[in-house]
Amino acid sequence: MAHFGFDRFSAGPLWHNGPAPGGIYNFPGRQVEDSGRFIERSKQPITTGTSVIAFKFDNGVEKGVAIASDMLGSYGSLARFRDCRRLFKVNNQIIIGAGGDYADFQYVQSMIEQKNIDDECLDDGFSMKPKAIYTWLTNVLYNRRSKMDPFWNNFVVAGIQDGEPYLGSIDKLGTAYVDNIIGTGLGMQIGVPLIREAIEKKPAMSKSEAQQLLVHTMEVLFYRDARSFPKYQIGIVTPDGVTISDPLYLDNQKWGFALYKK
Amino acid sequence: MFRNQYDSDVTVWSPQGRLHQVEYAMEAVKLGSAAVGIKNKTHAVLVALKRASSELSAHQKKIIPIDKHLGMAITGLTADARMLSRYMRTECLNYQYAHDSPLPVCRLIANVGNKMQSSTQRYDRRPYGVGLLVAGYDDQGPHIYQTCPSANFFDCKAMAMGARSQSARTYLEKHLLEFPECDKDELIRHGLRALSDTLPNEVELTVKNVSIGLVGEKTPFSILDEQETAVYLTSIEHEERRGGGSSGSKASKSSTQAAGEGGPQDPEVAVAMETD
Amino acid sequence: MALIEPFAGHTPMQAQRFSPYSDNGGTIVAIAGEDFAVIGSDTRLTVGYSINTREQSKLFRLSDKTVLASCGCWCDVLTLTRVLNARLQMYNHEHQKEMNTPAVAQLLSTMLYYKRFFPYYVSNLLAGLDAEGKGAVYHYDPVGHYERNQYYAGGSSSALLQPFLDNQVGKKNMNGVVQEPITRERAVAIVKDAFISAAEREIHTGDAIIINIIDKTGVKEERFALRKD
Repeated sequence: MAHFGFDRFSAGPLWHNGPAPGGIYNFPGRQVEDSGRFIERSKQPITTGTSVIAFKFDNGVEKGVAIASDMLGSYGSLARFRDCRRLFKVNNQIIIGAGGDYADFQYVQSMIEQKNIDDECLDDGFSMKPKAIYTWLTNVLYNRRSKMDPFWNNFVVAGIQDGEPYLGSIDKLGTAYVDNIIGTGLGMQIGVPLIREAIEKKPAMSKSEAQQLLVHTMEVLFYRDARSFPKYQIGIVTPDGVTISDPLYLDNQKWGFALYKK
Repeated sequence: MFRNQYDSDVTVWSPQGRLHQVEYAMEAVKLGSAAVGIKNKTHAVLVALKRASSELSAHQKKIIPIDKHLGMAITGLTADARMLSRYMRTECLNYQYAHDSPLPVCRLIANVGNKMQSSTQRYDRRPYGVGLLVAGYDDQGPHIYQTCPSANFFDCKAMAMGARSQSARTYLEKHLLEFPECDKDELIRHGLRALSDTLPNEVELTVKNVSIGLVGEKTPFSILDEQETAVYLTSIEHEERRGGGSSGSKASKSSTQAAGEGGPQDPEVAVAMETD
Repeated sequence: MALIEPFAGHTPMQAQRFSPYSDNGGTIVAIAGEDFAVIGSDTRLTVGYSINTREQSKLFRLSDKTVLASCGCWCDVLTLTRVLNARLQMYNHEHQKEMNTPAVAQLLSTMLYYKRFFPYYVSNLLAGLDAEGKGAVYHYDPVGHYERNQYYAGGSSSALLQPFLDNQVGKKNMNGVVQEPITRERAVAIVKDAFISAAEREIHTGDAIIINIIDKTGVKEERFALRKD
């Protein structure tokens, strides 16, 4: 079972067949390193997605998690790809949203899909729950950062864990936390305060109100985030299941605040 | 003890399509003291009979905790059970480490089954000489699983294994419909009654020779201590002994005869049963 | 590479150098008494000037007698505590008992030193009761040096709080001091005051504190709000 990719940073496994510090048990996508030879690693993201925003809602009748991201794949400052879907349905109780390098996201996505297939093959009625996938992703990302070869992403895991909304965030180092409101990138600086203010005014929000709040937040983010785009998607997870919208478009843009607009 | 020309190796088939070495290993389970597993809708219980190898020694441990949601009773070679328990603990620990959630019981059992199978198909290995009764709790509720040296495993409503366990199975079959509805305490009492049926007349259940393991909804796996065990023992104390007696040895004979009818008969497998 | 420099003499992206570490702030404090120990952390998790979450406890209950407080590089904290929990469960299985506080303290040191040349970038405080039932506080550097103390502060406000604790708990730098064992109420009050002061002066500390009080009856938890700005 040679699945401990030893490298010059890692120590050996902690116990028989167990994980090494910073390197853990049986994760796919482990590259075998030929120590002593120079290996090129990703030092910066190439095609990138910008923020993901998400929050929990619960008004006693409807509860769940709402999540949104736009659909631009930026190539540096060039708005290059205009149909990048960054929300991804894992199963009937989980959506993952991703920012950062789009290729890394697609690779991680394929790993998760393989995990889904593995679950399916066992045919024992178990599928991944949000906390399990959140912890697993944390390990995967920490593992890669420990090899100085990170997946250059921010992931937001939105789901329903045992009937209750679950929302967690993981960055490229494996820094992970759960919260009621999560934004990545500019979404953290601009989106989260807007959502927090709205929730403080109206703590019990319905699904449609949550959706409207996301539309508003995406609009403001589009006005101020230079790497954003007016085409976006909204995902909703409730105990009844997962929906990810078709691409939505920010029409009725209100540029009145722009000082020198003609 | 009989031998025949087709039992020299695990990998040798008999003309009747039997693997004698594997069947001998199955007999090892019947040598160990009895263990009973039952579940209701929320809990799974293990009740096992501990033996002391002599007056001078302490009673052997029969129930091994594996993880917070899982434990097992062992019957047969204790040393083999220790190897399996180490493997199971590692599997649970690794899954917990990677996913921060408990390993589903059926997945663990399937892995154990695979591990045990490999030793029944190689000339340089021998089957594990131990049967396990695994009690676990996961998102699909409580489970009782039985594994054998032949690497078969069974998802059970209730099960007993070990010496003279046929009497316990008879009890379990008779009361099978009561288990899902009864509460945790009654479930443990059912287990004790089933176990007491396996005892010869001169032996009694005591806090020293009984081990009770419990797992369930919001109840991490634990082995009850002597005080807790005593409470359950006294609650069944005055009940009349049902006819256990000699049925145990009968059972082991009949089960070895079950396979292979017609055609030339293999000599009957008869590994000596220990006498209590 | 050509791929990322489409225009001559112009780099479209800021070349970000990858660092495997980040400073996620947070402050931890622990005080040992005669037969109890008090340990607290704030609940703010930051990166740079941003607040990731305001509700992240940095206390990890390892047993009924031992609590770990850990902060610094949060991804290292998560990994360290996860490995530690696995090690403790292995110990439980092997020895059929919980590991006692001094043993956990040694184990933690060994685990930190194991990564001596790619360290966990983490401040740790371990509080609990020792084998005699006396309050114990251990503090660590990131590579496994450790020492038993009566009190200690770690994390982003450690430099602010350690002199405060020296004065108020250690009774240092005062004349005519009567040395007497600290009471539980006094210890909790000092921890609260320490965090309130830290939150006033240091932006990576705030939002709330979680205090665990460990004695022979187990661990009790208290929560206390701090300023959120």
